Amino acid sequence: MKEMIRLQGISKKFGDHIIIPSIDLTIHDGEFITLLGPSGCGKTTLLRMIAGLEQPTDGKIFLDDEDVTKLPPYKRDVNMVFQNYALFPHMTVEENIHFGLKMKNVPMDEQKERVEQVLYLTQLEELRKRRPQQMSGGQQQRVAIARALVNNPKVLLLDEPLGALDYQLRKNLQLELKNLQRGLGLTFIYVTHDQEEALTMSDRIVVMNKGVIEQDDNPDTIYHTPKTKFVAKFIGESNFFEHPTGETSVVRPEKLNLCPEDEENFTHPEPQLYGTVVDVVFYGTIDKVFVRLDNSNQTVVAYQYFDDVKRWQPDERVGIWWQPQDEVIVHK
Amino acid sequence: MRNGKLMVAPTVLWLSFFFVVPLLIVVAVSFASRTPYGQVIFDWTLGNYARFTETLYLSIFADTLIVALITTVLTILLGYPLAYFIAQLPQKWQQPGLILVMIPFWINFLIRSYAWVIILRTQGVLNTILLKFGLIDQPLQMLYNEVAVMLGMVYALLPFMVLPIYVSIEQLDHRLLEAASDLGASPFTAFRKITLPLTMPGIAAGTILVFISSLGMFVVPDVMGGAKSALIGNLIQNQFLSARDWPFGSALSIVLAVLSLVLIVLYYKALSSQQGGGKNAKDMA
Amino acid sequence: MPKTWRSHVLCAYAMAILAFLYLPLLILALYSFNESRINAVWSGFTFDWYLALFKNRRVLEALTNSLIVAFASTIVSTVLGTTAAIALNKYQYKYKSVINGLLYLPILIPEIVMGLSLLVLFSQAHIPLGKTSLILAHITFCVSFVVITVNARLEGMRPELEQAAMDLYATPFQTFRYVTLPLAMPGIVAGALMAFTLSIDDFIISFFVAGPNSTTLPLYIYAMVKRGISPEINALSTLLMLATIILVIIAQLLQPQHISKKEE
Repeated sequence: MKEMIRLQGISKKFGDHIIIPSIDLTIHDGEFITLLGPSGCGKTTLLRMIAGLEQPTDGKIFLDDEDVTKLPPYKRDVNMVFQNYALFPHMTVEENIHFGLKMKNVPMDEQKERVEQVLYLTQLEELRKRRPQQMSGGQQQRVAIARALVNNPKVLLLDEPLGALDYQLRKNLQLELKNLQRGLGLTFIYVTHDQEEALTMSDRIVVMNKGVIEQDDNPDTIYHTPKTKFVAKFIGESNFFEHPTGETSVVRPEKLNLCPEDEENFTHPEPQLYGTVVDVVFYGTIDKVFVRLDNSNQTVVAYQYFDDVKRWQPDERVGIWWQPQDEVIVHK
Repeated sequence: MRNGKLMVAPTVLWLSFFFVVPLLIVVAVSFASRTPYGQVIFDWTLGNYARFTETLYLSIFADTLIVALITTVLTILLGYPLAYFIAQLPQKWQQPGLILVMIPFWINFLIRSYAWVIILRTQGVLNTILLKFGLIDQPLQMLYNEVAVMLGMVYALLPFMVLPIYVSIEQLDHRLLEAASDLGASPFTAFRKITLPLTMPGIAAGTILVFISSLGMFVVPDVMGGAKSALIGNLIQNQFLSARDWPFGSALSIVLAVLSLVLIVLYYKALSSQQGGGKNAKDMA
Repeated sequence: MPKTWRSHVLCAYAMAILAFLYLPLLILALYSFNESRINAVWSGFTFDWYLALFKNRRVLEALTNSLIVAFASTIVSTVLGTTAAIALNKYQYKYKSVINGLLYLPILIPEIVMGLSLLVLFSQAHIPLGKTSLILAHITFCVSFVVITVNARLEGMRPELEQAAMDLYATPFQTFRYVTLPLAMPGIVAGALMAFTLSIDDFIISFFVAGPNSTTLPLYIYAMVKRGISPEINALSTLLMLATIILVIIAQLLQPQHISKKEE
């Protein structure tokens, strides 16, 4: 696949404060890539450097094989969807969307045509004369995307674009955005701290922590074979086991199976651990069963599905077993 | 726009030339002498400052400080409840309320003092009413005394107190008061323990504004006080316009300016130390 | 908020103080319509005093002076104040606290000191007292108010808006022209209105720096007040008050409402 963006040894310092020590990253044409991490991990700074709104302290940024490191934002063929949309309050929806084309001196006929297209695409045709402050959050979000898309950028940068919306709307827009990206075949760089959002939308997830890339893989690999303890902790729920060899391994709760302590004639592997159920908590689609392990203070969590035959109760003695392939060794 | 940073230069130059330089010249003149005809000659002397020790000027200085102090206290007592009242109005009434306080702030002292002359003079509105209802037989002499000057000062400067207090009350996080009453504080306790301390910066700002303005006030005593109730402002005005003793007038105004600046600096010192504390309190919440 | 006796007392107190603030002004306005020239007895309604004003050559002269000075000083101080506010908002300055001090001190220093220091400057620099000296003085005290007003507007503006413009191919100049300036405009207009109000209303500083042929309206009123009460002063004061009130209300409506901050 064609290479669209290459970051080479990018680092960023604010005064003495190091935000990003040094990052190398390649992004391909048409990819939906997500930068995922807790706030302050450097993901937004990285995105802003690609947009040209921040200058890297060191390193180079290539866009479509052109070195754009020193180019100001208005000379870069990338567009950004800002966290709080940053729609111009003194312009209508239409004027907002026209803005980029007007600045680029695109011929008027073409401007009109492209604005119409993008209004249709984002279902904003009826709202074109509105001003941003007369619209709902979801509608403003659409305008922000339309305003960026209309310029046919090589790359679309999205900085937590759904962060300000409520849960249900966010779910719907996640799908819409993903379909839009797939339909247009555009490169999306998406910044979020929401692991669920990252898992559902991305082709590739780059998990960042303290300015360092912890793991860079597709969502399935990220979830099932986390490379580091941080990734396992940040994405999904995990049970960690410290081994005498000094290694740490992780088993996802849905891979932990519980059986009665004194069970006979079982067909599954021998339980690796034994313990006592301390709590069962209702979570809607599942119950979470918390088990205190014998000979240690550690509590592990397993899921109990409603179609399971056995319903566990606190104080019951249980055996815990899992398939060897479900246990993943992680780095500190 | 590579040189955008220089956009501040014209204003800085303007204020340097028309604000800083004049003050420096006044400082110079305050150490100068004058000819019998009022011409300033730059024979350096400390004599202009030495004249403060004359009883007449000391008493004017003392009067000015007392009037300023009383004015400040009275404007706090009158202004705080008004500011509090406006700040707790429903959203849509806040803006009109604020404008209502703003307006007298912008109308000049001259007209506002003159309005009181119409009311208080011997053939004025108040005397006419009192005579008509037979409450007095003779018109009262209400103008041209210290009380009239006090009244005029409080009237003129009240908006200077209300505005900063309003701003500080308005910025107050109302959840703090809800929290206080949730924790069992009576409205009075909540006010004393939370509202009052947190709006102190507003009171301080108002105090500075009112105190400094009353120190330099000459319009109100001029219009409402007559010759007997002169304050520093009138003394300065006289040196420049009738007595033509610019060096002494300059010395007086330098003292006034320095006193004002010291108060302003003290205020900022207090404010910045308080803001540091305020920030921490916010972090904890 | 529950209506308790406490809130009733507060309300009554506030109303009394508002009455204290406004009653004298209302009485002043009322008596500008009183037929009687000499005393406070109401003897009938008349517009005569207003008509007399417009026939009075010296009043019209003072009005012309006031307007010339106000327009000139508004234009210059708005340009100066706006550029300074924009620059201070956009760039980092090494001596920012010194610049801020220079911008805010003219507001804090007693007006009388500013007035007499300008008088001393003009006399030392041999600038004759007249409309020019008035305009120079008025610009000086208006600039700071413009800076504060425009600055309040700019501070309420999110930096992402300018960044979004840059991201959408606007050069720094286009960003300024199409985003910063239109968004700052209400603040600039409000600042200009304030400058105009301050200038047309100023008495103290004008008192020191006006010459014999540059009497402004407030100076004319002062001269008349010193001579005694007359219904013409009431009429003139009422007109000046009315102008101030209208200007202040417009300026206030254009201000960013710091009330809305709370809702965020």
